[in-house]
Amino acid sequence: MTQSAVQPTPASPTPPGGHLLDVRDLHIEFRTREGVAKVINGVSYHLDPGETLAVLGESGSGKSVTAQAIMGILDTPPAHITAGQILYQGQDLLTRSEEQRRQVRGKEIAMIFQDALSALNPVFPVGWQIGETLRQREGMSRADARRRAVELMDLVKIPAAAKRLGDYPHQFSGGMRQRVMIAMALALNPKVLIADEPTTALDVTVQAQIMDLLADLRRDLNMAMILITHDLGVVAGVADRIAVMYAGRIVEHADVRSLYRAPAHPYTKGLLESIPRLDVRGQALATIKGLPPNLMRIPSGCPFHPRCPYAQQVCVDEVPHDLVLGDGRTSACHFAQEVRDDSAR
Amino acid sequence: MTAPASPTKVRGETLLSVDNVVKHFPISQGVLFKKQIGAVKAVDGVSFELRRGETLGVVGESGCGKSTLARLLMRLESPTAGRATLEGRDLFKASGSELRRLRRNMQMVMQDPYTSLNPRMTVGDIIGEPFDIHPEAAPKGSKRGRVQELLDVVGLNPEHINRYPHQFSGGQRQRIGIARALALRPEIIVCDEPVSALDVSIQAQVINLLEQLQDELGLSYIFIAHDLSVVRHISDRVAVMYLGKIVEIGTEEEIYERATHPYTQALLSAVPVPDPDARTDRSIIRLTGDVPSPADPPSGCRFRTRCWKAQEVCATQEPHAVLRAADPHPSACHFAEVRAAA
Repeated sequence: MTQSAVQPTPASPTPPGGHLLDVRDLHIEFRTREGVAKVINGVSYHLDPGETLAVLGESGSGKSVTAQAIMGILDTPPAHITAGQILYQGQDLLTRSEEQRRQVRGKEIAMIFQDALSALNPVFPVGWQIGETLRQREGMSRADARRRAVELMDLVKIPAAAKRLGDYPHQFSGGMRQRVMIAMALALNPKVLIADEPTTALDVTVQAQIMDLLADLRRDLNMAMILITHDLGVVAGVADRIAVMYAGRIVEHADVRSLYRAPAHPYTKGLLESIPRLDVRGQALATIKGLPPNLMRIPSGCPFHPRCPYAQQVCVDEVPHDLVLGDGRTSACHFAQEVRDDSAR
Repeated sequence: MTAPASPTKVRGETLLSVDNVVKHFPISQGVLFKKQIGAVKAVDGVSFELRRGETLGVVGESGCGKSTLARLLMRLESPTAGRATLEGRDLFKASGSELRRLRRNMQMVMQDPYTSLNPRMTVGDIIGEPFDIHPEAAPKGSKRGRVQELLDVVGLNPEHINRYPHQFSGGQRQRIGIARALALRPEIIVCDEPVSALDVSIQAQVINLLEQLQDELGLSYIFIAHDLSVVRHISDRVAVMYLGKIVEIGTEEEIYERATHPYTQALLSAVPVPDPDARTDRSIIRLTGDVPSPADPPSGCRFRTRCWKAQEVCATQEPHAVLRAADPHPSACHFAEVRAAA
């Protein structure tokens, strides 16, 4: 963490060559009674205005924890950020005071969650909940906040918005609830929207509607989006770039097309091969043997080596560094070239 | 492990036949004097056959009644109407020892491997419990050995018999659930979303295990899931449900390549394909709105409120899932036809 005092200046334009959001070498551990779990082990990714970055990983890979660190909503304890920077418009969020971070939250970077039913308050009408942000943060009057809430509900295409303002979350269907949450996140016109598994709890036809809505909003409002998901299918449709996470590290980072065409990390390759495809009929599914590691006892060297078909002695001994493969692609594998060539055949 | 002993075992013969089964859950109002004001029509006239050695996939969105159907078949719910024939007996009328015997032949794997295993029981007790209920299934003293055999069959370490569920990962727990379902050597296993709670890499392991067990033991599966790709991968035949009814049923190929019901077509087109290039040359049908409430389903065809083909007749006349001249398989739509090259 940098110790230099950062001026609490208001949002400044992106410095030339800098990124809108830049996570650098982030380390987070969870200190629990059973021991220390190293949940994030040097994650770096960046986001430029207007683009969509997908963060892909299985449960426990650290994709949501990274997002929570960006938002500043990690529970400390047990979570402790031990190293790294989160630069937003060139300024390290981690060195800011809680009040300064509150100003960023919602107004600059907003987040939507997987489970809209538990993210919304069941005892207040949705209109009130959307308006709350506006009253608290913008000092709007109740009447103005109401009007703006209707506009926002229209924006996320909730039919008969004015009529539904007084309804409670349980009166909405799953897809409509997710729309309410998106409306809340958009209330303060954020520049970055973090969507944490936004469609996982939804049916496939509704999922398509919500992904369309997010893509439209991102374009119309010129937001940048971080899409956190475990679904390789959802990612293929909307993302520009993908960061694949495993055991708290980014193992592969590439633009969507190159990654799907020729994955350069054995884990990504295994994932792509192990999903049943609607458009491809095959024999038995390829599997990744074994289980994801216990984060309290991460294997030595490359954390994926016990499950990896490419593993050699070097993988047990040495942590692989990000290998740059051109076109801005990286893969944290000792045999990245070989894996990519195998995939491309 | 040997296959269940049965006098005749012809692959393809009908094992279970379900005829017009209905389940309505009453909605009541009032505290002291409860009166019924309506009913949630969770399953509303479903018929199908399950053949020996095949996998029948059941797909549909949440609330379409697929899980209620599973619970009805397991007799965890009593049907409002209809019949189901297993081994020549009416499953819904059986009681006492007859029901116990029928139940031996049909077991279930639940969706959530975290809540479907009792955290206070060891794995040995969980997998061995069916033998306590059906003592005739395992001779005295052989229970422990049988449980270890089952652990081995599903790919777990037989030495872990004394461990508790929390010591296992999600995928391993689902294997425990499968071992429990296999204990009584049933012919039919009802799998209710068996892989939806699992991560992708683990999901493939469990699907492969289910397929391998089917080959070795000649099992028949009713495989309920909302993931269309998984269902296609594992199923021989597929039934598509919408609001308590089967709208289309056919072989895996008929449903996925030549679907004639608009709902099936929309459902298939909405599945995200993990290939950025495939996206562009597929025309996606966007359904508007949500699934209507099963307490108050639309008149006529239940899909008509979201259907782009809907006409006058769809509101007045309910289409039945019958073979139509132009169709290769039953489809409950007045305007059933194969979608023009997608």
